[in-house]
Amino acid sequence: MQSEYVIEMLNIRKEFPGIVANDNITLQLKAGEIHALLGENGAGKSTLMSVLFGLYQPEAGVIKKNGEVVKIHNPNDATALHIGMVHQHFKLVDVFTVLDNIILGAEDTKMGFLQRKVAREKVQALSEKYKLHVDLDAKVEDITVGMQQRTEILKMLYRDNEILIFDEPTAVLTPQEIDELMEIMRGFAKEGKSILFITHKLNEIMAVADRCTVLRKGRLVGTVNIQDTNQQELSNMMVGRPVQLQVEKDEAKPGDVILDVQGMTVHAKNSKKNAVHDVSFQVRAGEIVCIAGIDGNGQTELVYGLTGLEKTSAGKVTLCGKDISHASVHKRSQAGLSHIPEDRHKHGLVLDDTLENNIVLQSFREPRFQHMGFIKGDAVRSYATKIIEQYDVRSGQGPVTIARSMSGGNQQKAIIGREIDRGCPLLIAVQPTRGLDVGAIEYIHAQLVAQRDAGKAVLLVSLELDEVMNVSDRILVMYEGEIVGELDPKTTTVQELGLYMAGAKRSGKGGTRQ
Amino acid sequence: MKNSLLSIYEKEATKKVLASLISIAVGLLVGIVVVVIVGLTKETITGQGIWDGVRLIFAGIFSTGRDAAGKLTWGYNPQSWGNMLFRAMPLVMTGLSVAVAYKTGLFNIGAPGQYLMGTLASLMIALGIPSETVPAGLIWVLAFLGGCLAGALWGCIPGLLKAFLNINEVLACIMTNWLAANLVTWAFDASNFKNVVENTKAGYIYKTTFNGVATPKLGLDKIFPGSQVNGGIVVAILIAIAMYILINKTTLGYELKACGSNRHAARYAGINDKRNIVLSMAIAGALSAGGAALYWLSGNTEFYWSTYQSLPATGFNGIPVALLAVNNPIGVVFTAIFMAMLDIVGQQLTGYTAYNEYITDVIISVIVYLSAFSLVIRMLLTSKRKAGATNVNAEPTPEEKSAQEQARQKGGEQA
Repeated sequence: MQSEYVIEMLNIRKEFPGIVANDNITLQLKAGEIHALLGENGAGKSTLMSVLFGLYQPEAGVIKKNGEVVKIHNPNDATALHIGMVHQHFKLVDVFTVLDNIILGAEDTKMGFLQRKVAREKVQALSEKYKLHVDLDAKVEDITVGMQQRTEILKMLYRDNEILIFDEPTAVLTPQEIDELMEIMRGFAKEGKSILFITHKLNEIMAVADRCTVLRKGRLVGTVNIQDTNQQELSNMMVGRPVQLQVEKDEAKPGDVILDVQGMTVHAKNSKKNAVHDVSFQVRAGEIVCIAGIDGNGQTELVYGLTGLEKTSAGKVTLCGKDISHASVHKRSQAGLSHIPEDRHKHGLVLDDTLENNIVLQSFREPRFQHMGFIKGDAVRSYATKIIEQYDVRSGQGPVTIARSMSGGNQQKAIIGREIDRGCPLLIAVQPTRGLDVGAIEYIHAQLVAQRDAGKAVLLVSLELDEVMNVSDRILVMYEGEIVGELDPKTTTVQELGLYMAGAKRSGKGGTRQ
Repeated sequence: MKNSLLSIYEKEATKKVLASLISIAVGLLVGIVVVVIVGLTKETITGQGIWDGVRLIFAGIFSTGRDAAGKLTWGYNPQSWGNMLFRAMPLVMTGLSVAVAYKTGLFNIGAPGQYLMGTLASLMIALGIPSETVPAGLIWVLAFLGGCLAGALWGCIPGLLKAFLNINEVLACIMTNWLAANLVTWAFDASNFKNVVENTKAGYIYKTTFNGVATPKLGLDKIFPGSQVNGGIVVAILIAIAMYILINKTTLGYELKACGSNRHAARYAGINDKRNIVLSMAIAGALSAGGAALYWLSGNTEFYWSTYQSLPATGFNGIPVALLAVNNPIGVVFTAIFMAMLDIVGQQLTGYTAYNEYITDVIISVIVYLSAFSLVIRMLLTSKRKAGATNVNAEPTPEEKSAQEQARQKGGEQA
């Protein structure tokens, strides 16, 4: 019997202690279709894929290939069924060449010797056929992220995979690279290969997918045809309630210069090049300035230099007219700098401490929370309770909850509440919505805009293009440690932004080295 | 009723205490097994002898010796109780030392060295200042504080190395331990405090009573007649309470804990992590050395000064005391007393049976071993309660929610 579907996952159930990650989920993949799998963090997407790959055994449900029940005990079984996957974090050996990475695990040998020449011809043919340009002899550590991804795709093709799974493939790409990837995916589908496309970006689904399966909290919400739906409906399905997709904000009314950075340079830890090179910009009261760029182009070091976590080797930083170029973290904080850190687990929270202690992490030295070195427990408790209510931080036991036990979104809300409530004139928010679901993102964006409207200067560092375009009043693009362009989100396009992010274009503004 | 018991069980603190109690219980069980095996293989020990050994392990502190008929007698033995408190005194201090450092994320294995430096300074001051001109009470205070200061400075060395050069504090502590051992031997060798009055006691330093300095009894000798106990145990308990307050109620304690649990977050919040690391080691050093000062200033014990080949066990025993107390300063008082009790039990075994005190060493080592595993035991206690999986989609009650969230974290990145 020939089935309409190449792969079917029927009524899959997978439990972990205390949690049902997949509850009765059915996913059916047709031959030659691009099928999107949509869901928030923790919706069960990755678990479902791990079941398909034999990494987990489901408690209930069956997997069928071409209508026949198959048992997948481990990833080798999956490979034998011609299922391949490009993981979100690439599984490549950095010091191997592209060719060696592609053939690794599926090597052609003759009397125990590698047949690289045969492999090379096959890979070259594939590369040309699908326009997947890679440099076969370059080491993976030296090539761009986009080429690494093409290497991963070639790995799947080399193994003659028919079912290709892409796990959040666009997170690390520039807009141009995303367009290319979409084109490649369409080409595969035309050939009859089936594609599962895991993402939480709605516009990409609308652009490329045929059908979409939506998961929420471990359960199947439904499978829809993309032709019959729209972004708003998909996001409502994903979140379970209507969501404001566009950030609502009025015209910015920039006031005085709050933060003035002149010629800042920060040395890189592991290389002779500067991580941040001669960067100059200003942030005014009442505007949101966004630092855009692909991850790893010096944004993290720029923030470290601004907040005092790392020493700058040159340049001047002025906050509210006060020179803080060489001030300690504490002095800068006192001078009016609040900081929503990039990594909330590393910097933002003492995870094994209570929520209330985390809420006063920046302010426990203030007289309202201590007297002669003794902490006023009651004052801390009532302040924490206030923040918890005001910022809707949900936790098991309120102020005494251990921070580690809270969900990522609520941890982030606690940090945002803590930083915003300090009322500093400058708010530095680094990837404030990273890893959060749509509901939490909506909330955080509204808070940032509210801060701007209250006359604060907001410096936002973001890797998400939607966030950059929607939230900011001014965009500074960072490329290889330098600011290569200043753009106005109202007049620029995502494509233009992408050219700057990829280093293909630069303008003279923003203290760029010419 | 059942619910309130369950909620007590769910508390993290309860699990910590339970884990320690389980370690102790298993340790005692192993002790009994050893007693039985030794008893069965040794011809001189009868069935009655084994039974006596088992009973002494559990209740040695209540032993009052044997009656005329040769039967073990039981009751309140003030001497045992007093000696137990006396032995617990320095252990409380070294236990606090390890616990305070641990709160800042440092493993203070340097307690023996700090203890020796405290010994050196306090004995030198107590014997060096003539009591004819300076009141003995003042000498005692100076000797105690001087001892603490010496330990604090000694503790600073690994602290500074850790903070500024990022040298592992365990390595630096081990090195400073042996430096201290040799330094102390050399210093006393060159001193004129060697006991030459009592010729039978070659190699010992004078008791501090030689200079008229001794810790006041504070009436404890009336409660525990015939024992060595003195006011030092009261000082140790007061210091434990002070440490509890320092850790839990002050901004300094908050900073120390923040540095210990997440150095990055502490730096982010403008806390000077380097200063706190040095400070934490200094406090730890002062506590260990204070324990030494209390012990030797009692005036009833003599110090064998040639220590360059060995380190004082009291310093190392601070580690199990702190581990067993899950680094809670108040808990340290109890675990130190418990450890001291095992010491007394060992004496009773030697005194009243054919067994010797080494059996209690076996028990202590098993307990130490298990207390290092207390985290594993705690995890076992936690996972048992979580066996019944629930559907995440059902709106959880607040208590369930946090438990689920924990499970979610533990379940890894599967979701």
